[in-house]
Amino acid sequence: MGTGNASVIDELKQKFGGQAIIPQETKDGVPTVWVENGLVHEVLQYLKTGSGSKKRFRMLYDLTAIDERVRKQREGQPESDFTVVYHLLSYDSNQDVRVKTAVREGASLRSITDIWPAANWYEREVWDMFGVRFDGHPHLRRILMPPTWQGHPLRKDHPARATEMGPFRLPEDKSMEEQEAMKFHPEDWGMVPPREDTDYMFLNLGPHHPGTHGLLRIILALDGEEIADSVVDIGFHHRGAEKMGERQSWHTFIPYTDRIDYLAGVLNNLPYVLAVEKLAGIEVPDRVKVIRVMLSELFRIESHLVWYGTFAQDLGALSPVFYTFYDREKMFEIIEAVCGGRMHPSWFRIGGVAQDLPKGWDGLIRNFLDWMPARMAEYDRIIMKNSLFKARTRGVGAYTLDEAIEWGVTGPNLRACDFEWDWRKKRPYSGYEWFEFDIPTAHVGDSYGRALVRVEEIRQSMRIVEQCMKNMPAGDYKSRHPLSTPPLKARAMQDIETLIDHFLNVSWGPVIPAGEAAVGIEGAKGNNTYYLISDGSTMSYRTRIRTPSFPHMQTLPMLAKGLTIPDLISILGSLDFILADVDR
Amino acid sequence: MGETLKYLLIIFGVLTVMMSIAAGLIWVERRLLGFWQDRYGPNRVGPMGVLQPLADVIKILAKEDWIPPFADKPVFILAPAIIVITVLLAFAIIPFTPGIAVANLNIGVLYFLAMSSLGVYSVALAGWSSANKYSLIGALRASAQMISYEVFMGLSLMGVVMLAGSFNLYEIVEAQRKLWFIVPQFLGFVVFLIAGVAETHRLPFDLPEAESELVAGFHSEYSGMKFGLFFVGEYLGITLISMLITTFFFGGWLGPFLPPVVWFFIKTFFFIGFFILLRAALPRPRYDQLIRLGWKLMLPLALLNIVATGGIILAAR
Repeated sequence: MGTGNASVIDELKQKFGGQAIIPQETKDGVPTVWVENGLVHEVLQYLKTGSGSKKRFRMLYDLTAIDERVRKQREGQPESDFTVVYHLLSYDSNQDVRVKTAVREGASLRSITDIWPAANWYEREVWDMFGVRFDGHPHLRRILMPPTWQGHPLRKDHPARATEMGPFRLPEDKSMEEQEAMKFHPEDWGMVPPREDTDYMFLNLGPHHPGTHGLLRIILALDGEEIADSVVDIGFHHRGAEKMGERQSWHTFIPYTDRIDYLAGVLNNLPYVLAVEKLAGIEVPDRVKVIRVMLSELFRIESHLVWYGTFAQDLGALSPVFYTFYDREKMFEIIEAVCGGRMHPSWFRIGGVAQDLPKGWDGLIRNFLDWMPARMAEYDRIIMKNSLFKARTRGVGAYTLDEAIEWGVTGPNLRACDFEWDWRKKRPYSGYEWFEFDIPTAHVGDSYGRALVRVEEIRQSMRIVEQCMKNMPAGDYKSRHPLSTPPLKARAMQDIETLIDHFLNVSWGPVIPAGEAAVGIEGAKGNNTYYLISDGSTMSYRTRIRTPSFPHMQTLPMLAKGLTIPDLISILGSLDFILADVDR
Repeated sequence: MGETLKYLLIIFGVLTVMMSIAAGLIWVERRLLGFWQDRYGPNRVGPMGVLQPLADVIKILAKEDWIPPFADKPVFILAPAIIVITVLLAFAIIPFTPGIAVANLNIGVLYFLAMSSLGVYSVALAGWSSANKYSLIGALRASAQMISYEVFMGLSLMGVVMLAGSFNLYEIVEAQRKLWFIVPQFLGFVVFLIAGVAETHRLPFDLPEAESELVAGFHSEYSGMKFGLFFVGEYLGITLISMLITTFFFGGWLGPFLPPVVWFFIKTFFFIGFFILLRAALPRPRYDQLIRLGWKLMLPLALLNIVATGGIILAAR
């Protein structure tokens, strides 16, 4: 990043005129421009296909909105009720660009689903959460909230707590109404009408189904066992994490992040604390960086192990899940010793980590590193090299690299398309530039390719953990910056100033300077970004969580079309999604 | 009078033994799976958990006997009974020892094939009468799978019949005094084994009930003892196929030193163990792959086996 930031903005100014493009400074250095409503579509189209430009922004990385109506500190930004934010990514030049546009209350915007198919769900989410309409969207309906929901939850005037609303009642008539709303009409979901000579069988896969790994509903239009069309209904796991981000202090939101991708523990903490640190201008000590990397990689291994076992189980192999969970238990022994918690350690802090590593931590890690290679070799034999496993995954649910980028696919699923791209290498954060490891790729973006990449990633993560263990720097486990939360206890006892500092940071929480920053990391499932906006208070003004599973889930109907139910299960398993990561 | 009493005793004995084996297998399978999957399995009820099936039966009998309101009631009730009845009837022809068998039929092989064909009705009717889409898909898969595999299950046995010169199971065993048929009929054995797994719809061929795809397939709507009957039927099926493999290819009760009945059960339990190991070891193929394997590989192999065996017999004359 950094280099050439100005050039994107200059290029846009040249193309569309200086008045039309209003740049905005952000703390993360991502070139950010404001564009008139009418021009958005054109600007985005230009950025994507660009006339001869080398910096083609081929991926719609994120699309979200901000309710600006009660924001105080926004000098130099155009008047806006709702700001729609488009975050684009260029793999050609490893660069981001953020395009913003101001939308008045009740106004609508032109849909960009014709530029990026991936915009479909994102626009539906913005409509659902903010009530911003998109003209020309093929199927604008609520995505996370139930169809009968009143209001748009991420608007500032929508209640955030149950205590702000009246008590919940479900009288007979309302109950009937809700029942009625659940009736299934294929055309409501934008499903293709059957051909004249066939009558589809509609099968409800989920919300409770052994193959969906949680609350996910897939509506299948079946012609025999062949999937003629499918629609994914998400939102059953929606817990309003982004809304909670706006009413928790910067510090107390950390445990909520754990529960987004609930298999990846501290890997969720990382982008959040990195983004807060960027806003606050905190530099963390080297020891903190290496501890964070080590814990993150352990959780990547853990997440992949759970995926490995459950994927095999999806395909009918009953045993591997017990083996990989056994290994996961071994990994949790380390996590318990270090963090005290297991799946949700909430262990990273603004400016550091919760505690120093315990005595004997390196021995625990040594044991784990000695244990795993033999197990991995065994799994290769019983899973990856098994001919039935191959028959079920090879050539199933394949997408090309272009399709993957088009649909916003990131992480192992993108690397499976023979594309060596990993933010740990391409945009090293938290000290990843100090470590030696490879980026595994596969040649075909099918279920088997996605599996291959993950399996190899476990081995690479073990390499990183070993390097962390051998080269752990000495030093503080938390920055001495005044906004580190909670401050180092030893430093709180010096004088009245440090004591007050400690007291305020713990009771009210730190006041993070106003600004905007987005930090993305290479999560276990793909790229995970926290886009934080501070209005200069103890709480976030807007917390946007861009998760990898959301766009991955959106690719499912495309991948499953024309295949059968067992293939659908194979694809679902290989996409490695977490429903809390989809719904937040 | 004495003769009748003897037969009644044998019938009653076989029934009791088979039902006990089926119940015992529930425990055996869970313990073995536990062992192979690095965990304990049931070990709380009785010594080493052997009374687990009893606890299961009590639980399953005490459950509400529920029939979904949308189901076709008489068929729904009948379906689980069919599988148990047909499998139990098939046991009639098994020669446990030279003297113990319910019926010494001279068309034993055909009788077994007929009974196993009837078993398809159980699964198909269960899925159909449940009026549930998952059950229906499961039943469709089951019908296609069992009908396909039935074809070469029968064909795979023809080599054995030719060598023994009889459809009678006694004579088939007696014909193996010099050499077990596993040696001359290895191909037939492989085909029969695979068809047997498909017949009992056990993993890797458990597509009719594939949990991760179809919830519980054809028996999704079943609970209580009706579900229990499917369960028992499955274990009876495993036992039956294992006993038939023993009889057709491994010399039945034949063996040195030990009493014939002991040999028979040692061989049978070996194959039961193999069935369970399969479940612990393998993933599940896709439906079309299974059918393709059947028609494109298994059927030609079975036919080839018949032609080769016939040719060799003719040449030997």
